[in-house]
Amino acid sequence: MTGPGAPARTADRRPRTSRTGRRLRRSPVTLALAVAVAALALLPLGYIAWYTADVGWSGVRELVFRPRVAELLWNTGRLVLGTVFCCAVLGVGAAWLVERSSVPGRRIWHVLLVAPLAVPAFVNSFAWISLLPGLDTYAGALLVVTLSYFPFVYLPVAAAFRGLDPALEETAHGLGLSNWAVFLRVQLPQLRVALLGGSLLVSLHLLGEFGALQMLRYPTFTTAIYDQYRATFNGPGATMLAGVLVLICLALLLAELRLRGRRGYARTGRGAARPVRPVALRVLTAPALLALGVLVGLALLVPLGSLGYWMGTGSSTALDWNLLAATTGTTLALAGAAAVVTTALALPTGWLAVRARGRITTLLERSTYLGSSVPGIVVALALVTLSIRATPWLYQTVPVLLAAYAILFLPRAIVTVRSAVEQATPLYDDVAASLGSSAPDRLRRVTLPLLAPGIGAGAALVFLAVVTELTATLLLAPTGTTTLATAFWSASSTLEYGAAAPYAVIMVLLSAPATVLLSRDARRGLTT
Amino acid sequence: MSSLTVKDLTKSFATTPVLTGVDLHVPSGSFTALLGPSGCGKTTLLRLIAGFDDPDSGTVALGDRVVAGAGRGVAARRRGIGFVPQEGGLFPHLSVAGNISFGLPRRQRRDGGRVRDLLALVGLDADLADRSPHQLSGGQQQRVALARALAPEPSLVLLDEPFSSLDAALREETRLAVSRALAATGATAVLVTHDQAEALSMADQVAVLRGGRLVQLTDPRTLYRRPGDLDVATFVGEAVVLDADLRDGRAHCVLGALPYEQVSAEAAPEGRARILLRPEQLRLSAPDTGTTAARVRSVDFYGHDSRVWLDLPGGGTVSARLEGADLPGAGDEVSISVRGTALAFPQAQESVLPEGPTEVRTVFAGEPLRAPAPLG
Repeated sequence: MTGPGAPARTADRRPRTSRTGRRLRRSPVTLALAVAVAALALLPLGYIAWYTADVGWSGVRELVFRPRVAELLWNTGRLVLGTVFCCAVLGVGAAWLVERSSVPGRRIWHVLLVAPLAVPAFVNSFAWISLLPGLDTYAGALLVVTLSYFPFVYLPVAAAFRGLDPALEETAHGLGLSNWAVFLRVQLPQLRVALLGGSLLVSLHLLGEFGALQMLRYPTFTTAIYDQYRATFNGPGATMLAGVLVLICLALLLAELRLRGRRGYARTGRGAARPVRPVALRVLTAPALLALGVLVGLALLVPLGSLGYWMGTGSSTALDWNLLAATTGTTLALAGAAAVVTTALALPTGWLAVRARGRITTLLERSTYLGSSVPGIVVALALVTLSIRATPWLYQTVPVLLAAYAILFLPRAIVTVRSAVEQATPLYDDVAASLGSSAPDRLRRVTLPLLAPGIGAGAALVFLAVVTELTATLLLAPTGTTTLATAFWSASSTLEYGAAAPYAVIMVLLSAPATVLLSRDARRGLTT
Repeated sequence: MSSLTVKDLTKSFATTPVLTGVDLHVPSGSFTALLGPSGCGKTTLLRLIAGFDDPDSGTVALGDRVVAGAGRGVAARRRGIGFVPQEGGLFPHLSVAGNISFGLPRRQRRDGGRVRDLLALVGLDADLADRSPHQLSGGQQQRVALARALAPEPSLVLLDEPFSSLDAALREETRLAVSRALAATGATAVLVTHDQAEALSMADQVAVLRGGRLVQLTDPRTLYRRPGDLDVATFVGEAVVLDADLRDGRAHCVLGALPYEQVSAEAAPEGRARILLRPEQLRLSAPDTGTTAARVRSVDFYGHDSRVWLDLPGGGTVSARLEGADLPGAGDEVSISVRGTALAFPQAQESVLPEGPTEVRTVFAGEPLRAPAPLG
């Protein structure tokens, strides 16, 4: 028993695990949708499994256990580890500076740190290698992909910083902790979900990266699969390599699952969080500015400068404005449609992953990650084969291409949606229900507005990804449909750098608004 | 508005029983407080009434309409029950006006007059309508949450410890505003609280919940004066509990032979018993023969009244609540007389009160109140 004034809440609230089953039973439609999404995402994997069974054990042994595969494994593994480490350090460091320190121009830095997302990795790669042909090494690959991918960590971590209750940090300061100790013991544990989500995104993206690494002549599984497919149309060989890639991805997913733990983080404090008082940097202001400046310079100014240079020198090549406009229109329409479809598909899964956390929902969520970890070329190959066999009338049509985009980019939408759901407590749902609001009404008036920043971020990420998607588009686009990425690719692979540059510039310009949107939504925060 | 009837309600989470057969009747238009210590299941009961959770067995009825149990489960949104959560739970993405008008039919949502009326009802300024929830103080958030709950004219309003996160001054002010608003609308209301002063001062009737069970349901005065057992007695207010011998129609204890009433008619008329006095029943006067003498150990001065700690000659300490400015000082010799009657409880009754050598105890909110160390 407690005296008056002591809060009496913990004992009245029962562990959430016991509510999971009921929550699942209460939302059969959401569950059914999430299952359908997971099934779609697993379609390419099913194709690989079916193909493997078809090849047989001796075929598998012959195709997998060879020095070439070991070499690819080594290349891929060290690149993923190095990139995740660099992205995590850069992403968390930059997010802390922008969200919690007194560094001048925080809003501008925030936009500049998200901006590299507007430069596709293969364009970034093109920019660097066309200036410095000696970059076709491990270090070169690490540099280029890190500069392209660190915003994937920066964005969710910055959003999570914003969701943290400053009162916790103040309390920790009051307990005598230094800024560094507060970061390690208070902020970092709460950022864990965002950091791991971002790192997983970087790893998955890297495992499927084709254009950038092909251009840097750094062989990984994905480039090897593409080469094999293009060179020999050797289906089983490519598919077996993809099988190994899927196993790597599975290991990563399990690792993240173990590290993330079972706890959900929702702010337990009262109504609304107070604004943050930033940590004064004092003498460290200049080094902090320099560090941010170097990062932005390398990630943004170098590729943009290089593109500018090639635009200038390539002006002798006549520019076909009509072709450029048509290609742009096609890309825009495809990316917009894919963003809407994919984000809609991400909602049920992201929702259940937080609100009904348990074995089933984790499995569903992981299924989409697993599905999207299959390289674009294998997704494309699977969809081509399946559409020819099952639904010939869909073969080489836009819906199949959109399905491929959805399978490939679902995790981006789900990670951001899930982070947003974690910030919107179930209490709001209960209150809205008590005010007579029906389930669809609650979705429209409470849940979606609360999730809007997360959904917006997810849609923008998908849009960005599709505008610059290369591999699946190369294989799946209906005959005659050319996107900016495929047009750029065919020009740059014949070393017509000047002709390739305009397409790259348009891709960057198209991605820019989505990038600004992304940074602005994240700035608004998820709860205020 | 309508009455609320809860019958034999049980609820377990996993294997932990939380509610074990709760019966409760809240008459239409009344204000009932659910009082109980942490973990007694009061928030769970509230959630079952609201429809956020389903009971394992038993029924919940609003008026004649069964909304939960007996094979029925009316969704929370169709129950017409307003809910004010612990911390207000205002939608962070909506303004104050947006929050208040949330439950109104679409056409009325844009009606600024309606929002103004509701703000006035809870004693808030109309200027607040355009503010965001995070720009409000805790008390204002609570009042807006009440206005939001009252807007659709619910048949019942549930308040889940709405004042526990507020500081003392704000709590009192917010309580008054909430009481006034509820009285003005004539809504039936159920308030969950662990604060007995809040329950006694605000409610028409108080339901005491303990260990997942309703132990007493009555009006605040009866609850305070004739609690059903010693645990309830000590939970709802400061108490002086003494061992006594009942004979010849008097309770003989260290404070003399006192008139008493039995807590239940079945109790043995004579023999050992424990008696309950409230500290305000103790009167002090200058030392005098024929009354119990005691020595003042210390005085807690509260302004409106004071608590005086008294060492009894036979050992043990009791407290007296005194009004006025005429207070004894520490070390003074005083006489104790008792006003009114004592309430006698059977000796054998199980109790949370710790057994100990002292036969005299002052207890507050279920916890033995420790007397300050003697001076010198």
